[in-house]
Amino acid sequence: MSKRFSSFRISSEPHPRTEDASKSASLRFRTLLSGGLALAALLILIGSGLLLDPERLLTAPDNRNLPPSWTYWFGTDWLGRDMLARTMKGLTLSIGIGMAAAMLSALVALALGLLAGTMGKQVDAAISWLIDLFLGVPHLVALILISFSLGGGAKGVLIGIALTHWPSLARLIRAEVLQLRSSEYVHISRRLGRGRWWIATRHFMPHLLPQLFVGAMLLFPHAILHEAALSFLGLGLPPHEPAIGIILSESMRYMSAGLWWLAFFPGLALLITVGLVDWLSRNVRRWLQPSAALPYMNKR
Amino acid sequence: MLLEAKRLGYRYNARWVLRQLDLTVRRGQILGLTGPSGTGKTTLARLLAGYGHPHEGEVLLNGQSLPAGGYHPVQLVFQHPETTLNPRWLLSQSASEGHAMDESLLDALGIEREWLRRWPSELSGGELQRIAILRALGPETRFLIADEMTAMLDALSQAQIWHAVLTLAEQRKLGLLVISHDHALLHRICHQVIHLEPINASRHKVEK
Repeated sequence: MSKRFSSFRISSEPHPRTEDASKSASLRFRTLLSGGLALAALLILIGSGLLLDPERLLTAPDNRNLPPSWTYWFGTDWLGRDMLARTMKGLTLSIGIGMAAAMLSALVALALGLLAGTMGKQVDAAISWLIDLFLGVPHLVALILISFSLGGGAKGVLIGIALTHWPSLARLIRAEVLQLRSSEYVHISRRLGRGRWWIATRHFMPHLLPQLFVGAMLLFPHAILHEAALSFLGLGLPPHEPAIGIILSESMRYMSAGLWWLAFFPGLALLITVGLVDWLSRNVRRWLQPSAALPYMNKR
Repeated sequence: MLLEAKRLGYRYNARWVLRQLDLTVRRGQILGLTGPSGTGKTTLARLLAGYGHPHEGEVLLNGQSLPAGGYHPVQLVFQHPETTLNPRWLLSQSASEGHAMDESLLDALGIEREWLRRWPSELSGGELQRIAILRALGPETRFLIADEMTAMLDALSQAQIWHAVLTLAEQRKLGLLVISHDHALLHRICHQVIHLEPINASRHKVEK
């Protein structure tokens, strides 16, 4: 019966959408460029904070309370310390703690979300209960308890933030896994002889990674603010560390004296840093998730 | 080699869509299956390919129950390719998920190499379906179930794809179960056509 069809010949003319390939390549290039710029700006910020001459953080009683000038761009504080240097150092510290805490949180969320979605009903019930438990306890209370019991300091803040910020992301990952698990391509994959682990890493991960990345990036400002809150309460970083939270809480006392630059510039710098991270995460998402890059799907 | 459904029964909640159904497909045989909507054609296809278990009766491959793991010798091609391909995979990944890509089959199905470097959202339904068919036709496939496989394609593509599939089926002595509402197609390519009718009505009858 097959020869009945053999008279058909399909002409192989070039595919009509071939020309669009160059356009999408340039979109890809622009996304990479834009994300690369944000990443470069962040790296310069971190690098300048790390390489900063420690001498510039020392007190200088002759230069107390100077407003912003060409020598001291961000002014100086009540001990004559250069606020630009303190801000850079503080941002680097905050970025480090924020990133580490956000990443740890995302890892916990991924592990628990995957377990809940793949290991059956009982595991799912147990993990869902844990998520509800952590969501039910006020953030800051749990954070203070964990941080205090670990003796405070950078380690306490880091672990405290990581252990309190995962539940909402874990819930998201779990829902995504449940949905993926029932999709037809996963069923087909099983009929093609693929195992659980293979499906989890190859089929699930490309869907979960952008979620995880965006989730971690959204956690980042929370982490910084909670670090500042803990430091403010005296449970976080020691006061001699120029973390951005400590700078801000200290400068509150001098605001009424008219030393506006003590809070203004560090606050602005923090805002810009968070903005850069957001910019970076959006470009990475567009790059990892091609459907979000199509103009008709991405209204922004 | 035989693919058999023995006194198969399947229900959605309390409503039975299949009951006491017997069906046999031999290797090399091309069997058509048609019938009104809701008579359990797709359900039967899923059960034969090991997607879910029947509530009554059993599906046998060579007298034994279907394998639980590994490459399934009965492959199913779905009606809508959009949901059967991972949207976050390049099509080359999907095409080679079960087995290495067969270049000659790629040509026979009219798949252009360039498509393989794209995402599923960048191809049409017909183009995606060719990839899905390619994926189902691994060297270990013994039976292929085509559930409205070419319903969304134009006549020319339909002819091209069936030509490729039938040629391959002849070469490899595959058993084919073709589910369609297109009677012209069924009568042209099938050795035998089964009409499935709603249960409670008279049992399905065999013609030709």
